[in-house]
Amino acid sequence: MTVADAGRVGPPREYWYNNPTIRSIAIQVVLIAVVVGLVGWLTNNTITNLHQRGIASGFGFLGQRAGFDIVTFLPTNSESTYGYMLLAGLVDTVVVSALAIVIATIFGLIVGISRLSSNWLIRTIATVYIEFFRNIPPLLVILFWYLAVIAALPNIRDAIQFGPQISLSNRGFFMPRPVFGDGFGWTAGAFVLGLVIAYGLGRWGRARQMRTGQPFHSFWIGLAIVVVLTGAVFVATGAPLGIEMPVKTRFNINGGWTISPEFATMFLALGIYTASFIAEIVRSGIMAVSHGQTEAARALGLRSGLTLRLVVLPQALRVIIPPLASEYLNITKNTSLAVAVGFADLVSVGNNVLNPTGQSIEVVAIWMAFYLGLSVLISVAMNWFNARIALTER
Amino acid sequence: MTLPELATETPLDRSQLKVSSSEVAVDMVGVNKWYGDFHVLKDINLRVMRGERIVIAGPSGSGKSTMIRCINGLEEHQKGRIVVDDIELTDDLKRIDEVRREVGMVFQHFNLFPHLTILENCTLAPIWVRKMPKKEAEDVAMQYLERVKIPEQANKYPGQLSGGQQQRVAIARALCMNPRIMLFDEPTSALDPEMIKEVLDVMVNLAASGMTMICVTHEMGFARQVANRVIFMDAGQIIEQNEPEEFFLHPQHERTKLFLSQILH
Amino acid sequence: MSDIQSQTDVFFIRRQMAETLPPPRRTSGPIGWARANLFGSAADALLTIIGIVIAVAVLVPLVEWAFVNATWTGDNREACAANTIGACWAFVRANLGQFIYGRYPDPERWRVNVFFVLMAAGIIPLAIPSAPFKGLNLLYVFIIFPVVSGFLLLGGALGLPEVETALWGGLFLTLVVSYVGMALSLPFGILLALGRRSDMPAVHYVSVFIIEVCRGVPLITVLFMAGILLPLFFPTGVNFDKLLRALFGVSLFASAYMAEVIRGGLQAVPKGQYEGAKALGLGYWQMTRLIILPQAIKIVIPGIVNTFIGLFKDTSLVYIISIFELLSTVRNSFSNPDWATSTTPASGLAFAAIVFWIFCFGMSQYSRFIERRLNTGHRR
Repeated sequence: MTVADAGRVGPPREYWYNNPTIRSIAIQVVLIAVVVGLVGWLTNNTITNLHQRGIASGFGFLGQRAGFDIVTFLPTNSESTYGYMLLAGLVDTVVVSALAIVIATIFGLIVGISRLSSNWLIRTIATVYIEFFRNIPPLLVILFWYLAVIAALPNIRDAIQFGPQISLSNRGFFMPRPVFGDGFGWTAGAFVLGLVIAYGLGRWGRARQMRTGQPFHSFWIGLAIVVVLTGAVFVATGAPLGIEMPVKTRFNINGGWTISPEFATMFLALGIYTASFIAEIVRSGIMAVSHGQTEAARALGLRSGLTLRLVVLPQALRVIIPPLASEYLNITKNTSLAVAVGFADLVSVGNNVLNPTGQSIEVVAIWMAFYLGLSVLISVAMNWFNARIALTER
Repeated sequence: MTLPELATETPLDRSQLKVSSSEVAVDMVGVNKWYGDFHVLKDINLRVMRGERIVIAGPSGSGKSTMIRCINGLEEHQKGRIVVDDIELTDDLKRIDEVRREVGMVFQHFNLFPHLTILENCTLAPIWVRKMPKKEAEDVAMQYLERVKIPEQANKYPGQLSGGQQQRVAIARALCMNPRIMLFDEPTSALDPEMIKEVLDVMVNLAASGMTMICVTHEMGFARQVANRVIFMDAGQIIEQNEPEEFFLHPQHERTKLFLSQILH
Repeated sequence: MSDIQSQTDVFFIRRQMAETLPPPRRTSGPIGWARANLFGSAADALLTIIGIVIAVAVLVPLVEWAFVNATWTGDNREACAANTIGACWAFVRANLGQFIYGRYPDPERWRVNVFFVLMAAGIIPLAIPSAPFKGLNLLYVFIIFPVVSGFLLLGGALGLPEVETALWGGLFLTLVVSYVGMALSLPFGILLALGRRSDMPAVHYVSVFIIEVCRGVPLITVLFMAGILLPLFFPTGVNFDKLLRALFGVSLFASAYMAEVIRGGLQAVPKGQYEGAKALGLGYWQMTRLIILPQAIKIVIPGIVNTFIGLFKDTSLVYIISIFELLSTVRNSFSNPDWATSTTPASGLAFAAIVFWIFCFGMSQYSRFIERRLNTGHRR
C-alpha cells in the first residue's frame, strides 16, 4: 500500500446521470424546451402587444401607398407603395456598395502595394493612411465628409466651376447628362462585339504563343479594335447622342446629371475607409508569397513584370480573395450607416416605412433577409473558391 | 588530415573532363559588398574557366552564398567588377536579365512554384523568356525530367513530392533554360540524409556532361569526387584554394585546418 | 578547348586577412540611405516627388487649419464666426466637459472620474503579461468593478443621488458601452464557441444560428431590433432602460464575433492536449476550464483585441436608439446656437477622431506586442 492509494474508495458506483448518452440527450431536451418556450413566450407577448396597439401583422402593408417621397435612383413619387420604396432603397444600397467597392479596391491596391515599396516616403504615406483610417469609426468618416467637407463647399451661387456646365457645390456635383438617341443601340452592340472580338483575339494570341513561342500583344490590339469599331459605328449611325445641360435656376440646378451630397458622402467615405483594410489584405497576400519565389523567378531570367504576373499574383490572390470578399460584404453592411446622413438605402428607407406603419417586425425581417441572403451567397462562393484552389493544389 | 569518402557510387573520370584554358566563364575582380555597414564580401578575386567544377566551403556566415548570389545579380556588389560570359554586371537591368538567362541557379529551399505542376515549373521560363513554343518546351522539359529520373511526376504539384524529388525538379527546371553555368546554393542542406544522395547523383551526372558548376556545399565527399578546385571562405574572404586531394590532405591555413577538423572525423 | 588542368597554379592561400572597411560613402550614411530609400532609380525618384507632392498637399493645409489659423480661445461663437479657414478649438475647449461626461450633473462628475480610475486599475495590470495575481484581477474586472461602478454611477443608494442613464453621455458612455460589450462578449463568446464545437446537434445548431445571424447583418439592424422590437417582445408594462437595450444589442453582436475568434483558438489547440486531459480523467468542464481554454485564449489574444477595437468603433452606432455616446454628443453640440459656425463641425469631428484614434491605435499596438511575444514563444 502506498500513500497515493490512500484516497481510493473502491470502484465508483454507477449513476444513471453519469452516462454520457443520457446526459447529452437530457441537455439537448432541456435546451430545446428552453428555446421553444422562450420563442413561444416572446411570440405570445408580441401578438398581445401588436393587438393592443392595433397593428396588423403580415406583409400586406407593402402594397399600400407610402405617401412620402425620397430621392433614389429608381424614380419614386408620393403615390409609390411601401414595397416599391423598399425596393428603391435596396437598389440604392446595391449601387452605392458597388461604387464604394470599386473605389476601395483601387485605392486599397495602390496603398497596399505602396506599403511594400522600397521608397521610404511612399511607404510611410501608405502606413499613415492605413493606421489613420483603420482606427476610427466608419461613421465618423461619413460624418466628416458630410458635415465638414461637403457642407463646407460653397453654395450653389458661388459653385466651383470645372468648365462651363460642370459645377461643384454643397448641393452636389452637377454635370451634363448624355441623352441616348434612336439607334444608339447599334453603337452599344458594336462595343459588345468589339469586346467579344478582343476576347477571342486574346485567346488566339495565347494559343499562338504556346504554338510558336511568339508573344502577341493582344491587350493593345484588342483595345484598338474595341475603340475603332465602336467609334466607327457611332459615326456611321449619325452620332445619336445628345447632351442635356444642367440649367441654373434661382435656387437650384435642374436637369443634367447630379451626384447628391449624400450619395457622394457614402461611396467616398466607405471607399476610403475600407481601402485601408483592403490595403492590409493586399499587403499580407503579397507578403505571404515567400521571397524565394521571386528570387527563383528572377534567377530563371523572368523580368519583374512577368514575375509578378506569372508567379507572385497567382499565389497572392489565393490568400487575398477570401478576406477581400468578406471586406466587400462589410462595405455592403456599412452602407446601413447611410441612415446618419439621410441617404435612402434599404435601412433608412425601412426606417421611414417603419415609423408610420409600425410594421417594425416585418421591416427588420426584410433587412435581415437581405443581408443574410447576401452573406450566405458570399460564403457559398468562397467555399466553392477554396474547394477549387484546394483541388488544383493537391 | 584525411580524405572524405566519395559522395556517390556514380563513376566519374575526372581526367576526361575538359577545362578550357582560354574561355573565362566568370571573372570576379576585387569584389566588395556591404550589408548596411557590415562588410560581407572582402576583396574577392575569382576566375572560373569554362568547364570548371568549383566547390566553395566554409562556416555559415562566411559569405559563400552571398558570393554566388552576386554572380547572377540576386545581390548587388558595391565595389569591383563581375563579368559573366563576357557580360559585365552593372546596374543595367537588361544586362542582369541577359546574365540570368545563361546562369542557372538551384536554391537550398528548392523554391519551386507551388501553384504550377512540375512540367509547368519547367516550361515557364523557356516559354516566356526563350519564347519557345509550348510543345517544344514540354519536350525539352520531359527530356530533363528523365535525366533527373522523375518523368512520371510531371503532372503533379510540388507539394506532392519529397524534398529530394523537389530539388531534382529544381535542377531540371534550371537546365531547361539551357544555361552555360550552374550555381548551387547549398542544394542538399534542407534535405533528409536519405535524399541527399539522389540529388548528388544528379549533380555528378551533370558534371560528367561538362557543365561549368559553382557549388556552395558542405558535402566534402562531393567536392573530392567532382571538384577541380575547392575554395575555403571565412569572414567574407577567400582564405585558401587548392585542388581537392591537396586541400583535404594538406590544408595550409589555420582556419582551414580548424574547419576541416570540425567537418570531417 | 584545351584539356590542360593546370594543377600547379591552383593553390592559393591568403597570408594576410583583408581589412574590414567602411562601405563606400554613396552607399552608407544619409546619402546612401537616400539613394537606397528615395532615389534608387529614375522611377523611384519620380515616386519620391509624387510622395512629396502628396505630403505637402495634405500636411500644409492641415497644419494651417489646425494650428496657424486656428482659434484657440473664446467663450461663444463670436470667437470663431469670422474664422472660416481655421479650426475652432475654443469650441472643443468650451464643450470638453460635455464631450467627456455628457449631461452627467456637474457636482456628481467626480463619480465618473472615480470610475475612470477604477477601470484603469483593473485593465492596466491585466494587460501587462508579467503582472501578478491574474486570478484576482479577472475577478475584479468581471465582477467587482462592474458592480461597484454600477452603484457608483447610478447612485440612489449610500447617500449618492441618483443619476438616470438618460443623462449619461460622451466619452464616458462610450467607455461604459464598450466595457460592458467586452466583458459580456468574452463569456458568451466562449459559450457560443464551445456550443458550435459541441457533438450535440441541438447545441451545435442553436449556436451556429445565433453566431451566423448576428455576423451576417449590420449592427444597426441588431440595434434597431434591440431598440424597437425588444419592447414588443416582452409583456406590456415591462420597460427596459434604453441604455440596457443598447447594451444588449452590442453585447449580442460582439459575442457572435468573439465566438468565431475563440473557435479559431480552440481549433489551434493540439489534439494531444484534449487526449492528455481525458487520459488524466478530467470531465468535459474541468478539461475545458483547466487545460483547453487557457491555451486557446492565449493563442487568440490578438484576435480578441482586434474584436475589441471593432466593438469600440461600433459603439458610435448606438446613437440610432438615441444614446449619446462621444460621437453623437459631439454631433449634437454642432446645433448649439452658442457655437454654430461653419468651422465647428470639422473641429468637433477632428477632436472625436483623435480620441477614437488614440484608443484604437493603442489597442492595435498592444495586439501587435502580444503577437510578437507569442511568436517568439513558439519559435523556441
